[in-house]
Amino acid sequence: MPSPRYWREVPSRLRLEAARCSGCGKVNYPARPICPKCHSKESEKLTLSKTAKIITSTVIHIAPDDFLFEAPYAIAIVETPEGARFMSQVVDCDPSSVGPGMDVSLEFRLIRKEARSGILCYGFKAVPTNSWEAQK
Amino acid sequence: MREVAIVAAAMTPFGELWDRSLRQLFAEAALDVIKKAGVDHLDSIYVGNMSGGCFVGQEHLGPLMADQIGMAGVPSTRIESACASGGIALRTAYFEVASGASDLVLASGVEKMNDGADVTNVLATAADQELEVYHGITFPGLYAMIARAHMEAYGTTLEDLSWVSVKNHRHGALNPKAQFPHEFTLEQVMNSTPVADPLRLLHCSPVSDGAAAVLLCPLDQAKKYTDQPIKILGTGQATSPMALADRKDPAFLDSVQLSAERAYSMADVGPGDIDVAEVHDCFAISEICCIEALGLVERSQAAGAAASGLTAIGGRIPVNTSGGLKAKGHPVGATGIAQIIEIFEQLRGESDARQVQGARLGLAQNMGGSGASSVVHILERIE
Repeated sequence: MPSPRYWREVPSRLRLEAARCSGCGKVNYPARPICPKCHSKESEKLTLSKTAKIITSTVIHIAPDDFLFEAPYAIAIVETPEGARFMSQVVDCDPSSVGPGMDVSLEFRLIRKEARSGILCYGFKAVPTNSWEAQK
Repeated sequence: MREVAIVAAAMTPFGELWDRSLRQLFAEAALDVIKKAGVDHLDSIYVGNMSGGCFVGQEHLGPLMADQIGMAGVPSTRIESACASGGIALRTAYFEVASGASDLVLASGVEKMNDGADVTNVLATAADQELEVYHGITFPGLYAMIARAHMEAYGTTLEDLSWVSVKNHRHGALNPKAQFPHEFTLEQVMNSTPVADPLRLLHCSPVSDGAAAVLLCPLDQAKKYTDQPIKILGTGQATSPMALADRKDPAFLDSVQLSAERAYSMADVGPGDIDVAEVHDCFAISEICCIEALGLVERSQAAGAAASGLTAIGGRIPVNTSGGLKAKGHPVGATGIAQIIEIFEQLRGESDARQVQGARLGLAQNMGGSGASSVVHILERIE
């Protein structure tokens, strides 16, 4: 990933910045120029909570090159209390135990080492709130 | 708008075709169609292709492919909508003929996936790079999430998914152009290698090379080229949010429903009128979601439709008589046209052991990415 691209996405990816639509209240993550629900162009910034619930998930066994040595790993669509939904890996647990309805906390982690440029790419990963790591 | 017919169709076999390049595959299918129709010129060419750039480092396919078939000078355009590229190439060709701008238009699709590229990464370019792929999701992974959401919401089981593969391989075993014309047992499917839970290898369509092409002309000129033209009765296209997380319900494919509604409305028919259908079964779960969104099967019956024989040849609504993407193969840009060819042949009574007796109305549904784009065509046999 070229570094300007990584840098552009810092606010949403590393700070969980989202936008609440002033028209209908929908939380859009990342922020967009127009609300996909009500088409309002007005919104206010908000920062998402670092807790979420799993909507659906999978365990990747056949991984892309950058994640080859991490398989099998769990990945899920999670929803924060503000209603923002996004994709996140689910870690520090048995991947096969991950499923819909599970409560998770969002933790700042290394996501990938980009193969060509070697840039370290960070972001948030989900950790089940009742996991061994979380109870420590 | 003018009425439009398909007058000729041809495709290469689908599979690992190491001896043939991207351009050779296209030329093989295109020249075969031109020969079958007996035409000496084309007014325009559309080439459906997902990712010549990533798979083999070749873009700008319009002029390249026109030149390969001796048609340099003819307008030729590459159409891209991920795995729906072929279907949308057909739709674009349809409008060019319907509008009166052109009389003879070639709608084609081609993909060369087996040439050394990292296929998992290339296919993932059809998902949201910033929000999905960054975190390590794969295409099977996205459909696995759809499958798990479907299981959670409707009680769909791994066995239901597996029956889709068993059924499509039974159909594919009868198709000489299929990449994997072999039957598999339910146990073989359920015990195959895990790819992305709950999906296993035999729930996934293969990596394929291949090309397919059809020739379109105004219906009132069609008899010049064939005794049995097939009319394009309806076309519909739709989109939905790209990222799975942004969809209202991850278990439902809105774009498929919306594209179908538009095609049914244009054709003035309903799902109950369809005699045979090709749907986009890139993964076993997608056939279940598609027949549901297309209205071919009641929602409560969709998951069990393959197991009950409802969607098998001989059932109430045979789906994927070609073997589907699963058994026939899925050279992504060519798939939409290959689906049309199966329906074209079914409606002309040319499908041999796979023939659906008396088929008059057929439907083909082609989708891109994890369902962010979908295109539906309804074809009719002319009496």
